[in-house]
Amino acid sequence: MSSSISLHFDVSGDDFTRAGEASTQVKKTLKKIGYDSDAIRRVAIAMYEGEINMVIHAGGGTADVEIYPDRVDIVLTDEGPGIEDVEKAMTAGFSTAPDNVRSLGFGAGMGLPNIEKYTDSMRIETEIGVGTKMFLSVNAGGSNS
Amino acid sequence: MTVRDIISILNAEIIAGEDCCEQEIKTACGSDMMSDVLAYVKEQSVLLTGLINPQVVRTADMMDMICIIFVRGKMPEAGIIELATERGIALLRTNLGMFEACGLLYTNGLSGGVINE
Repeated sequence: MSSSISLHFDVSGDDFTRAGEASTQVKKTLKKIGYDSDAIRRVAIAMYEGEINMVIHAGGGTADVEIYPDRVDIVLTDEGPGIEDVEKAMTAGFSTAPDNVRSLGFGAGMGLPNIEKYTDSMRIETEIGVGTKMFLSVNAGGSNS
Repeated sequence: MTVRDIISILNAEIIAGEDCCEQEIKTACGSDMMSDVLAYVKEQSVLLTGLINPQVVRTADMMDMICIIFVRGKMPEAGIIELATERGIALLRTNLGMFEACGLLYTNGLSGGVINE
């Protein structure tokens, strides 16, 4: 793999049952090119949580993935309501997800903490009423568990 | 323990992934909260759950799990079975409740494995 691989996905906000399809595609692609297995797992989980978040809170969005030999960069963009208090949203257990999402097994307030846990860097740009952009990066062969 | 052993211990029915029957299993976890599975699971290869939706299969897939066991006699719909088949994940269902199913597997030698703190 001499240069990078770019992938783009539209994440539909209409159908919660399909949330995770983009992450699955990325996982498949990384497996196919024989990427570092620990990094594959961390990318898959972080991106899956990000996708779920976009579907729950923002009515969907887009995911752009750039695969480099030594790291994977993910940019998740939505035009949702924005995050009012990022610090609070990063607290494990804090959730604003509606009850119907909880009955599907999510909304426990672990999304953003999980994303932070599995990535090597995470940056959130958010504006109320405009949307949220999340920049994630996972190093291949990194030490983050 | 293999998937086949689990079927016999839990008196379970296999609904997808029959070719996984001889796969070796050492650890498992039980949860209805997929967020927690994503947060704390590290190497567990079986998920016991009472939750029935496609996100259970997707979560298990992200965690590289081999087998999902639906407790309390729940039957997943065709779309879920199809998704699991596509991902090569075995689906079992047992009439036992979560507590009893977990207890039986634990007593028969499965462990909780390492929790990813």
